[in-house]
Amino acid sequence: MSDRQDHKPETGAFFQRDRDWHAPAFTPGYKTSVLRSPQKALLSLDNTISEITGPVFGHSMLGELDNDLIHNFAKPGESAIGERIIVHGRVLDERGRPVRSALLEFWQANAGGRYRHKKETYLAAIDPNFGGCGRTITDDEGYYFFRTIKPGAYPWPNGVNDWRPAHIHFSIFGHGFAQRLITQMYFEGDPMIWKCPIVATIPDRRAIEQLIAPLDWANTIPMDARAYKFDIVLRGRRSTFFENRPEGN
Amino acid sequence: MVQELGYLKETASQTAGPYVHIGLTPNFCGIPGIYKSDLGASMVNDKTLGQRIAVKGRVIDGAGMPLKDALVEIWQADAGGLYNSPAEMRGTADPNFPGWGRCPTSAEDGVFSFETVKPGRVPFNDGRLMAPHITFWIVARGINIGLHTRMYFPDEASANAEDPLLARIEHRHRAETLVAAGTAPSYTFDIHLQGEKETVFLDI
Ligand SMILES: [Fe+3]
Repeated sequence: MSDRQDHKPETGAFFQRDRDWHAPAFTPGYKTSVLRSPQKALLSLDNTISEITGPVFGHSMLGELDNDLIHNFAKPGESAIGERIIVHGRVLDERGRPVRSALLEFWQANAGGRYRHKKETYLAAIDPNFGGCGRTITDDEGYYFFRTIKPGAYPWPNGVNDWRPAHIHFSIFGHGFAQRLITQMYFEGDPMIWKCPIVATIPDRRAIEQLIAPLDWANTIPMDARAYKFDIVLRGRRSTFFENRPEGN
Repeated sequence: MVQELGYLKETASQTAGPYVHIGLTPNFCGIPGIYKSDLGASMVNDKTLGQRIAVKGRVIDGAGMPLKDALVEIWQADAGGLYNSPAEMRGTADPNFPGWGRCPTSAEDGVFSFETVKPGRVPFNDGRLMAPHITFWIVARGINIGLHTRMYFPDEASANAEDPLLARIEHRHRAETLVAAGTAPSYTFDIHLQGEKETVFLDI
């Protein structure tokens, strides 16, 4: 699937996932988790080839506007309404190495906090020029960027008056299926982050702070778009010490 | 004090939320024109090698209701037992088989379905062969971190009996939660998030 075969593949098993760092499955403050959380212990097993391998995607699959949510659903000559922003950063593994050819897919509400979805009932208006999804693939340094509008906050049925802080959903493929990850990015300075029951499923404050993108003034484009920087860390691989594998370590 | 190891922490998972279909299968949920087709919607073509199979199922919550807002991804070896991945060092997989598929559960009945091929056997870490299996990954609103599990085949009893992962399941009746129902070429694999029939999920 990849059109970039010039790099030596990595074949080590992934570091064990730190389950105390991630949200547990059962988090009653987020009510939907109550009936959707496995209650029995997970079966722990070292990675096999079925988890060490994974699909890798080539840049050739991308359309020209895939990383431009301001224009990828807009009528010709028009654009989505809202605060124009660039989101950019790197995908690294736990060893700090760039993850090249990582596929990132993202989706979000429009500037008013409304999703383009049949089941969405929030009274904020649909933006006819905003679809709400995009994707990109990291370069050799693990770097990615995309353009969008800043999503609005929105209310949701959980508590009587629960609101989601402004956020962008991210889905990430690394190189092994065990690295598969879905997460959400938040924006620096938003007081609603600390009121959100979904954010609060994560037990460690440092893990939450890792989801908050700082305003990146240096990369802001004057008279055009502000920039937010969001780095993503995927599971790292163990070294393949003493194993007679072609890539060595 | 000692030297710092300097490892980073994995980015914390968050739920895929109610609108994961917008992001990952926009054509399916009525947002056409951004992508030509939804990624992972098709796994086989005319030239794909191997026995065609169909796998369908549901993701069922603790009250017995199928999830209509879930997303299921599968990852598997080709018919010859090779993965279409740069990390596959044993050979080159069938170029007409990506090995990966993605399907939303339907808004009507919560069913997901895949048209794929029967995977060949791949080795466990000690060289023994594992039974043919398909790796599943499930995300949805209310699921805080994606769930990994595996589907094995009901018509592979002897291979299943010697499979190292199935052998690790302490309560033997729970191993059955990883074996699909049906007969070739149509299998059904229901995933139970909770309850008596809770599927064995993997920390892998
Ligand atoms: Fe959202």
